[in-house]
Amino acid sequence: MGAAISIDYITHHYPGQEAPTLKDIQVNIAPGETVALIGQSGCGKSTLLHMLAGLLMPSDGCVRINGHQVIKPSPRWNMMFQKPSLYPWMTVRKNASLGLIFQGRKRDMRERIDQLLETVGLTDKAEVNVQSLSGGQQQRVALARSLATDPELLLLDEPFSALDAFTRVALQDEVTRLARERGISVVFVTHDIEEAVAMADRVLVMGSNPGTITAELSIEIDHPRDRNSQAFVDRKAELMGYFGATRSPAAAPEAAGSETASPETEDEGQATEPTTSESRARVRAA
Amino acid sequence: MNREATLSVDPTTVERLMPLLRFADRARRALQYPALGIAGLFALWYWGGWAIANNEDTMAFASFAPGPTLAAFWDLVVSGNVWKPIESSLYRVGWGLAYAIAIGVPLGVMIGYFLTLKQVTHVPFQFLRMISPLAWMPIAVLAFATWDAAIIFLIAIAAVWPITYATAHGVQRIDPMWLKVGNNLGANPYHTLRYIVMPAIAQDVFAGIRLAVGVAWIVLVPAEYLGVTSGLGYAINDARDTLEYDKLAAFVLVIGIIGYMLDAICVRLIKRSSYHAEG
Repeated sequence: MGAAISIDYITHHYPGQEAPTLKDIQVNIAPGETVALIGQSGCGKSTLLHMLAGLLMPSDGCVRINGHQVIKPSPRWNMMFQKPSLYPWMTVRKNASLGLIFQGRKRDMRERIDQLLETVGLTDKAEVNVQSLSGGQQQRVALARSLATDPELLLLDEPFSALDAFTRVALQDEVTRLARERGISVVFVTHDIEEAVAMADRVLVMGSNPGTITAELSIEIDHPRDRNSQAFVDRKAELMGYFGATRSPAAAPEAAGSETASPETEDEGQATEPTTSESRARVRAA
Repeated sequence: MNREATLSVDPTTVERLMPLLRFADRARRALQYPALGIAGLFALWYWGGWAIANNEDTMAFASFAPGPTLAAFWDLVVSGNVWKPIESSLYRVGWGLAYAIAIGVPLGVMIGYFLTLKQVTHVPFQFLRMISPLAWMPIAVLAFATWDAAIIFLIAIAAVWPITYATAHGVQRIDPMWLKVGNNLGANPYHTLRYIVMPAIAQDVFAGIRLAVGVAWIVLVPAEYLGVTSGLGYAINDARDTLEYDKLAAFVLVIGIIGYMLDAICVRLIKRSSYHAEG
């Protein structure tokens, strides 16, 4: 069963920084829901994800999972990172088993891992050293490792951004399918608008200085999602619209040009542009 | 090299001989340079022996030359007299290293992990490290009841630094993500040490042990010059007192050979403990 998450008025200051990184973040996530956090670099979305994982404590406010305040990491809410960060001295099986070993759940471990490796399509690689795997295969091992402990919540920190386009799409669909099958709640951070629309039930757009949630968009498209369907394309356009609206007027034409040329690089182009908090506030109000 | 062109035999014979030729070729490649080095050393030794023998002032030491030395070496091996001193010396080095590892590895892990500890220990440890272990000899003799214990102490105090600092270096190179992922999977401190830190630093630890073995083996001989009546250092001193220079040189040869073997074992261990994929 997925976890119900409530993020209660989180404000966070990093030491030595005047402006808060996050300010008054308030979100509720239903069990089994998939939520995307999207925003430009430095808006604090990764910070927020680390708080959900219990890897970082907010200066103010708290995260509750199923009503319990998160104060430390737990295998029940598991984080996947941009790099698979597998242990290079272990086989695929050993890497995937680690969460169970740490929990002392060694009974039936072999069968469980066999099943998981089959799920992620790595059965024939079980006894192979992870260094011989491709980037996509390594991220699949990391996925199996995260799922091994039966988490209620999966946290993904741009986990597919280092992969090639084909592998990325395949893994996006795979993670979505697995999470839905198991009823796991998912919160993921991304730069990629298509990824957000492909995976999420709800997209939260974040703005920076201070980091707040500036817009919210629910995506009610049935799974598996067809990326060429009109509904999908419309949602993507709508989400891009939120980013367009957060631009300062002076920078808008230039950025709009680059946006149509390649949506993927849109975020990087925008990160350096000045934006005003007023325009973002409008979007939140709307 | 194009063998087919130079050999005028029919092709099938060549084909059948190819594995053998390839093996011979590989053996030649692997051995030719070491063999050259060994030959060079022998040539130098031979020339030195010849020079000593032909100088009136040094003629008395002529049995340092390869001929008498190798004869004495052969005698030592055949009579079995070589084994007792080797055994005593390896016993002391073994215990000295065991203590150095038992102290150096945990110390290194802590120094590598806690930046504060590194800063606190830097000056005192560098200070102690630069003191020749043999300078502790008089204190060691007073402090320990037996000569053996004193020598083991000297070896340990010499060997502990390379192990400590190689371990600390290894810990500092650990990818922080590995610790984060472990933390995220619910690892307790024992798990972190056993499944993440130790495998990650194994290669560095063995590299430190290799350096320590070198230092320990060098410290051993002068340490055995004093007090004890066994070991390779004692054997050398004894041979000098009885003017058996050929035997003295034979023991020097033994020290070199065993030192080389210890180092080769360490190299093997370093290779085996490396997690980097081969090739």
